[in-house]
Amino acid sequence: MTSKTIVPNQQDEDAYEEKNVHEVYQQIAHHFSSTRYKPWPIVKQFLTDLRPGSIGLDVGCGNGKNLGVNKDVFIVASDRSVNLARIAQAHQPHSTVVADILCLPHPDSVFDFAISIAVIHHLSTPARRVSAIREILRTLKPASDTTPGGRALIYVWALEQKDSRRGWDKGDQQDRMVPWVMKGIASADSEPQVFHRYYHLYQASELEQDIVEAGGYVLDSGYEKDNWWAIATRPDSKSM
Amino acid sequence: MKLLTANFLACAVKGCKASASSYPLHFKDAELELQELDYQPVFLQNIMPRIDWEGLRMIANELGFPRLPDTKPEGDTLNDETTLRDLHRLLLETHVVEGKLCCGNCGHEYMIKEGIANFLLPSHLV
Repeated sequence: MTSKTIVPNQQDEDAYEEKNVHEVYQQIAHHFSSTRYKPWPIVKQFLTDLRPGSIGLDVGCGNGKNLGVNKDVFIVASDRSVNLARIAQAHQPHSTVVADILCLPHPDSVFDFAISIAVIHHLSTPARRVSAIREILRTLKPASDTTPGGRALIYVWALEQKDSRRGWDKGDQQDRMVPWVMKGIASADSEPQVFHRYYHLYQASELEQDIVEAGGYVLDSGYEKDNWWAIATRPDSKSM
Repeated sequence: MKLLTANFLACAVKGCKASASSYPLHFKDAELELQELDYQPVFLQNIMPRIDWEGLRMIANELGFPRLPDTKPEGDTLNDETTLRDLHRLLLETHVVEGKLCCGNCGHEYMIKEGIANFLLPSHLV
């Protein structure tokens, strides 16, 4: 866990993420969902401020905890885990599909907004993280003379979180396997089951750099409770 | 999956995005279900400007619904309760629970199971 690269073979990133991210979420879906119910303040604000009738995406929606915030907009939510997508499906008036962030099933240049909360840090190489951001930006409506372009809110886990129970900070290893402990599944006194998920912990200004590399423009960014966030837009329609 | 959703879905294959025939996707062997939802006229009035009417007409036609008007309901027409109730039923209450969505460009078929369409691609298409 302290070695420089924990991704064993760069050719095999798909298979690596399948085993160390996707399969884990499939297995922990219900337990994970029962611990995730409250939207984070900046996510809530971003969604609440949207104009009624806006159309957007929630990429990596998990159990759909952010789908309840605003019922005056329409969100097409997606997750890589079928089990999580099933849970998220309950949120009206929105809709949920199963999709991969690197190949989103949406047309170009259509959406007023997108959110991707705690998702991009699960991609195992810099190139894949930038591709994921580029894929989200592609779906956003470009700005015109009369209307502003679509905006995407992106959240990633921060390396700098020395006050959290994990205690990581600047200078620590950024690529990590993080345990998920599921207690008492079979019976109350049974051994807890431990699953490991891959994470890339973002350091200060790294998210902004990834957005710029993806061809985006950073409108705003900051730090909220162990996470880095940024609001991105595409600078114009021609460069995408 | 609500019919409204299909208005915002295209083929997940990267090479298809440039082709006009990768949108809208076409339903095949669709099993439809009516799932009641509270009538929300204001929600409909707000989202209608964002609907691609041609895409919706094509899909509704393929699914065997009565022909939709040639032009998108706008302005005063969107204050007409019959129109709004029809749109509510078609866009928000009509679900495809089983079936496939097919790309008109590459022909790939995406399965819909228990109301959820799956867009994960086999590795040779990524």
